[in-house]
Amino acid sequence: MPEVAGPGAPAGEPPRRHGGAVRLTHWLNAVFLSGMIASGLQIYTAFPHIGSKGLVSGVPNPFDANRIGQLPEAIRLGGWLAGGLRWHFTLAWPFVLTGLAYVLFLAFSGEWRKLLFRPRDVPGAWQMTRYYLRLQKDHPPQGKHNPLQKAAYTTAVLLAVVSILSGFAIAKPVQLGFLTALMGGYELARYWHFVAVWAFIAFTVTHVVMVFVADPASLRAIVTGRYRGRFPDAP
Amino acid sequence: MRHDADGRREFLRRLAPLLPAALAACGWDGGERLQPVFDRVIGFNNRIGERLQAVRHGGVATDQVPRGTMPAYYVSPELPRLADPAGWRLEVAGLVRRPARFTLEMLGAMPHVGYTVTHHCVEGWTVVKPWRGVPFASVAAMVEPLPSARYVRFDSFDADYFNGWDIASAMHPQTILADAHDGQPLSPEHGAPLRLYSPIKLGYKLTKYLTRITFTDRKPGGYWEDRGYPWFAGL
Repeated sequence: MPEVAGPGAPAGEPPRRHGGAVRLTHWLNAVFLSGMIASGLQIYTAFPHIGSKGLVSGVPNPFDANRIGQLPEAIRLGGWLAGGLRWHFTLAWPFVLTGLAYVLFLAFSGEWRKLLFRPRDVPGAWQMTRYYLRLQKDHPPQGKHNPLQKAAYTTAVLLAVVSILSGFAIAKPVQLGFLTALMGGYELARYWHFVAVWAFIAFTVTHVVMVFVADPASLRAIVTGRYRGRFPDAP
Repeated sequence: MRHDADGRREFLRRLAPLLPAALAACGWDGGERLQPVFDRVIGFNNRIGERLQAVRHGGVATDQVPRGTMPAYYVSPELPRLADPAGWRLEVAGLVRRPARFTLEMLGAMPHVGYTVTHHCVEGWTVVKPWRGVPFASVAAMVEPLPSARYVRFDSFDADYFNGWDIASAMHPQTILADAHDGQPLSPEHGAPLRLYSPIKLGYKLTKYLTRITFTDRKPGGYWEDRGYPWFAGL
């Protein structure tokens, strides 16, 4: 779908920003990821520590139950361990398939060029950071996404890959033992799985806050596909 | 319903954040209608796990470094103990040519194997400990299972705790009938006088307090499996 800036669009038509593939996978995976995290937190509750039984690992875990108690049921899906496992290993399928569809779409449509954070984006990322910290007045020029957005969205895909691979390493530590070993063993593979979750949550909070603070019109655009906001895309 | 741009924007702004919250509500187990969906998907996952194991024939390193402490898990109200240890027998019957009853001495006289391997609990913890026992395959060889025996059922004297295995996993060289743990004869805490042990399945499949082994052509359920935990439970 060609990106059309304001002046080039048919008169009166807001420009198309997000195609159907992006919008569908975005919202589907918002739901699936929420379910994966909520059911994952239920599973975590069965052994809310990192380490072996009777030997808690030394890695930093702010969510160890010895420190914060049990996670509230409101954010857990499943009710108990079996329930959490059933949700988790059922939702895993649509989550992975939707993510795969998105990545394949990015690759084959060429849209990845607007999203992938590359070394040349580092100066721009630095400028955007200065702008947000109010250390410079003018918003640096940008394409569809500014470099910090590219960093965030690229990271989100990487987090998905880490969470999926570490998930397999935990679920099949014998048959996929090479993967588990690559991650530092079962205890650490489980840790990386949780670190990915914390990073996902941090990403989501930042993402939602930035939508409302920087450009609320972008929320409508990711639903309807058309952008009616203040920042038409640079040519 | 207001049709102007502001009204739609406001509606969407209110709706979007609720989607994850609606799903993650308060430990919901999915309700009646979703259980069969879970059963089918988990069953599918089980079959993939079984295929993966058959292809990779995964075993584990048998000289791992001990770590952690094995807890005492049982489902009876109190720690199961034999009132008459000398009277204990292991019945091995079902679809076999030569059903047999073993005393602990008879099993003790058979060639033993020992290993130090990682125990994986479905709760998410691991413990590495030494185990010693008679390979299940040796006992099977003595009773000569019929070709029609595709499953093995394990019964115990811990209340109604029982479960069933696929015969391939039971015959795996690292599956043993364990009579010693951590250098000591098996104690009541760990399933005395005999428990099933194997590094290729989750802990709840490794039935303790064994009384009977039955070769069968009908897939046995299991104490935890009937409550929603995966049946194959392969690592």
